Amino acid sequence: MIGKPLGISVLAILILTLSALGIAFTPLSFLLTALLPYAAFAVFIGGFVYRVVNWAKAPVPFRITTTCGQQTSLPWIKNNSLESPADVWGVIGRMALEVFLFRSLFRNTDVAIVGKRPVYGSAKWLWFFGLLFHWSLLIIVLRHLRFFIEPITPWINGLSAVDGFFEIGVPTLYLSDGALLLGLTFLFLRRLVVPQLRYISLVTDYFALLLLLGIVTTGLLMRHFFPADLIQIKNMALGWITFVPAMPKEVGPVFYIHLCFVFTLLAWFPFSKLMHMGGIFLSPTRNLANDNRMRRHLNPWNAPVKVHTYEEYEDEFREKMKLAGLPLEKE
Amino acid sequence: MKLYNRGMIIAGILVFLILATFPFWYGGGKAVPPPDLKLDTPAIQRLKEKRCVESTPYMRANHMKLLAAWRDAAVREGNRSYTAADGQVIPVSLTGTCLGCHSNKDKFCDRCHDYSGAKPACWNCHIIPEEVR
Repeated sequence: MIGKPLGISVLAILILTLSALGIAFTPLSFLLTALLPYAAFAVFIGGFVYRVVNWAKAPVPFRITTTCGQQTSLPWIKNNSLESPADVWGVIGRMALEVFLFRSLFRNTDVAIVGKRPVYGSAKWLWFFGLLFHWSLLIIVLRHLRFFIEPITPWINGLSAVDGFFEIGVPTLYLSDGALLLGLTFLFLRRLVVPQLRYISLVTDYFALLLLLGIVTTGLLMRHFFPADLIQIKNMALGWITFVPAMPKEVGPVFYIHLCFVFTLLAWFPFSKLMHMGGIFLSPTRNLANDNRMRRHLNPWNAPVKVHTYEEYEDEFREKMKLAGLPLEKE
Repeated sequence: MKLYNRGMIIAGILVFLILATFPFWYGGGKAVPPPDLKLDTPAIQRLKEKRCVESTPYMRANHMKLLAAWRDAAVREGNRSYTAADGQVIPVSLTGTCLGCHSNKDKFCDRCHDYSGAKPACWNCHIIPEEVR
């Protein structure tokens, strides 16, 4: 049954591909080029905000501290402000390390049984390929802004120039394209090859990777093998953002598949595990300062408790206590 | 339902919205006309049949492949003549053949290349005749 999630994911990708191909050459293609862009983008934005607001409604009464360093305590004990921050700046530093460099994945360990004893070693593979994949994806998304902006700003052209620095082939191979393909392939094979990971992998895990692989593959195909008419595509993209959709002519079936995959990704994004893009900022173990010993944190849903203090108790029973010879705080 | 850490959450959502809608507000919603290519150079006007080395649709889709093949043929194999689909034999030369007619690089080549962000490496080696002093 372990192959089932993978099978369902592959099937879903095939259905998407075929439906994109099916409407690419019919009058219905305006769905993909004029209607779905807005629908997918609206679902992406709306769903993203909804998820974040939903998370923000959950109270976090106490500081959840996963400390990997000495917390701030007495002045003569050296504290580690990035691993166990006590203030906002430390939290920002820890969050930046997490978001930009995947600090917690860097901590991954590997365990092997050597002579009946567990031996722990470092395992940086997931960290490395994860970082490679995410940074490449960011660069590729930013490079795609060239289709949405006219005139193209120098920093986008500069980014493309640096990305294509080695000028391999005509048109130039972008290094981020190769890196993204490499990173995704590793992340995908990891789920297939490692038995424990294959056991816990679900449809959503495979589908996310296959969908992204589909987007990269169709993108690379369009750039290097079946060139798409960039002028048509840019006309269409500029049409989207000015709300005057232009129908592209003769852009080829690969482009429609690429679009279909991207819109699926956008619309599915907020409801999938990919939402960690926003969720990382709301991780309690990353965004809560370890200041338990400096500030009192009150549970926001504590019910008001009716208390009867000792002073009130003594006032109530003073006479009886005096008669019984019990010690009193106030005579 | 209460929103906890309201300030940070709203600030975060605003940053997300501003970044995600970048193309919408950056262009100001102004419509941009597609690139306008000028084919009115003196050399082209003198031509009886207004035709590039191959047909226009072919050139539009494949000029980069053709030029890459020309570069390889001329520079690596020393082969400086190209036989077009209609049998015409054309000298392989960017400066002589291509720019001979399309002498207006800034109103022809650059218009589309700038629009689509394509940065061909032609001018790393080749000169642009007009700009030579």
